[in-house]
Amino acid sequence: MAAVQETVDRVKSVDVDAYKYGFVSDIESEKAPKGLNEDIVRFISAKKNEPAWLTEWRLEAYRLWLTMREPDWARVDYPKINYQDLYYYSAPKSTPGPKNIDEVDPELLRVYEKLGIPLREQEILAGVQERRVAVDAVFDSVSVATTFKAELAKAGVIFCPISEAVHTHPELVKKYLGSVVPTSDNYYATLNSAVFSDGSFVYIPPGVRCPMELSTYFRINEQNTGQFERTLIIADKGSYVSYLEGCTAPKRDENQLHAAVVELITLDDAEIKYSTVQNWYPGDADGKGGIYNFVTKRGDCRGARSKISWTQVETGSAITWKYPSCILRGDESRGEFYSIAISNGRQQVDSGTKMIHLGKNTTSRIISKGISAGRSNNTYRGQVLAQKRATNARNFTNCDSLLIGETCGAHTIPYIEAKNASAVFEHEATTSKISEDQLFYCMQRGLSAEEATALIVNGFVRDVLQQLPMEFAVEAQKLISISLEGSVG
Amino acid sequence: MIEIRNLHAEIDGKKIINGLSLTVNDGEVAAIMGPNGSGKSTLSYVISGRAGYEVTGGEILLNGENILEMNAAERAAKGVFLAFQYPLEIPGVTTMTFLKACLNAQRKSRGEAELTTPDFMKRVKAGAEKLGVPQDMLRRALNVGFSGGEKKRMEVLQMSLLEPTFAILDETDSGLDIDALRIVSEGVNALRDPKRSFLVITHYQRLLDYIVPDTVHVMSKGQIVKTGAKELALELEANGYRDFVGEAA
Ligand SMILES: Nc1ncnc2c1ncn2[C@@H]1O[C@H](COP(=O)(O)OP(=O)(O)O)[C@@H](O)[C@H]1O
Ligand SMILES: [Mg+2]
Repeated sequence: MAAVQETVDRVKSVDVDAYKYGFVSDIESEKAPKGLNEDIVRFISAKKNEPAWLTEWRLEAYRLWLTMREPDWARVDYPKINYQDLYYYSAPKSTPGPKNIDEVDPELLRVYEKLGIPLREQEILAGVQERRVAVDAVFDSVSVATTFKAELAKAGVIFCPISEAVHTHPELVKKYLGSVVPTSDNYYATLNSAVFSDGSFVYIPPGVRCPMELSTYFRINEQNTGQFERTLIIADKGSYVSYLEGCTAPKRDENQLHAAVVELITLDDAEIKYSTVQNWYPGDADGKGGIYNFVTKRGDCRGARSKISWTQVETGSAITWKYPSCILRGDESRGEFYSIAISNGRQQVDSGTKMIHLGKNTTSRIISKGISAGRSNNTYRGQVLAQKRATNARNFTNCDSLLIGETCGAHTIPYIEAKNASAVFEHEATTSKISEDQLFYCMQRGLSAEEATALIVNGFVRDVLQQLPMEFAVEAQKLISISLEGSVG
Repeated sequence: MIEIRNLHAEIDGKKIINGLSLTVNDGEVAAIMGPNGSGKSTLSYVISGRAGYEVTGGEILLNGENILEMNAAERAAKGVFLAFQYPLEIPGVTTMTFLKACLNAQRKSRGEAELTTPDFMKRVKAGAEKLGVPQDMLRRALNVGFSGGEKKRMEVLQMSLLEPTFAILDETDSGLDIDALRIVSEGVNALRDPKRSFLVITHYQRLLDYIVPDTVHVMSKGQIVKTGAKELALELEANGYRDFVGEAA
């Protein structure tokens, strides 16, 4: 057992405390008073100068939320959250709507640089980087900079903070906001509807293939601040967009709450590819601090032959509660879910997907790779459902778990239901362990225990990494090594 | 050259190697034969530094340097290679990726430059061809779904790439048909070199018809009980181990 033990110890000692993004930035911010009531909701709405319908929409959600109970079915365990002890609005002081990158607080730009995620604009201007990515950066609650606006506008693509879209494209926001995740959906989504701060809005017009990847980086900075982003992406008929989302947060001893909502809509023949690299602060080795990540992500393949594909690499957060899902409403629509979820230290992950087949000849594919180390717990929870109308629904699910060491857990909880007899659902699941024998074999060939573990883990997640856009794949691969070891190259 | 002096080793509190001494000189091929359970595989693990084995006495010198304080990876970089009796499967990691990672890890540890991909490819392809390892096998996950014979061939391919100074072959002949045995043996023979020594563990004379040893040692109850020239293997084949096992008791 010695070599595995050694790896386990190494993981324990280096990993979680070495969270690379755990610095706190010194940026002045403006906050609403602590706690939540109708006035705070109105305050948030007023701050953003929102039209009356939206204020009302928020208030309705808030009143509904008061009647709801926090869900407890997930395999996660945490002390009760005091929702009155949080700030629901926090904005970096200098950012009443920066028009371009020069207007962004330089300290903020330095933050992004430290994150290793510069707003890639400079590089692109300098011609260093061929691949172009438009970036929207959301800092605490406010979107601070969206790059490439002009060029995107030429293609007819709208990519801006949702707070801005409310004013510039109210008809789109009104039509689609809450149409996939209704305000009544679940406790966290309802809370988000009441207090959502900012997030990205994307609209791709009919027949347009978005000329570049769109990307949002979320960063929580303020103490005791809940972050509630709201993302809304609409791909109109025959359009295509690839969207990337990255997240980090500083080290804090207190837990921070993150409850985002993401809604995707594809009309006929449209496709959205949504990729996430989630690296919120996971807490220290003893489970102190870290982000509570309670996120509702859902895509609605509203049009025929449309497609939504979720790819996620989840390495951070103390608690992850997240099920990016697809509603396959349009005939012949397709949903995909590719996931790598890594847990270490005392992290708890309960994540998976739902594929709801409503239309005819709809297909879905789920590839989930869970890796547990340390004293963590990793649960895959997935639902595949074919409704009566869904003739010839097809699903393929492959769900693999890899255990590192003796003190972690992996669980697979599939819910499969076909109300139409023509459905064909396939489910494969494996649980494996990096064995002492495998480690010795690799070490005998010259690899250190850490290198061997990294190699095996990378092999394990390869199918999913391949789904990520190139740059993200490299970033993700690094993250996987960091989150498992710290010392793995 | 490897020198093992009065080695004592145990696992889980059970003594398995009991004062074993053995020297294999540069360029020498030594065979170890012995009944099941006499500690041959254990010896190979202790030499290669598998965790969990406690050395309670004696020393192992590789070219004069004590290797007992090194972990398995460090010993590998010093030139110790073990062709496993039961090679392990590494799912998801292609053979090519694995070989490259190992070779470069060893080079790095010795302060040598990493091989470029084209250089590496050239070497693997040449090595694979010699051993009749088809190219598509290099793109499959290491040892996953390989037949017994393919796994053994892969062990020899790894050995040829890593160019060890001291190689242990643990029952590399078991599970091989006669053709595979010939190919694998030729692969080993091609690696015989005045600067390289081999320890060939086997049950059967058969392998030693192909890989002709310079010396033959008989092992019993964790000790070397008899040493002779290659003819000793024939004697064992004819009379069994009974005579020697008695001596050790
Ligand atoms: N992990 C272990 N714990 C206890 N005894 C072991 C262990 N591994 C091997 N042994 C014992 O050590 C002895 C030698 O085994 P081995 O080295 O495999 O012999 P050989 O390769 O010569 O057949 C056997 O009696 C075996 O049962
Ligand atoms: Mg053996």
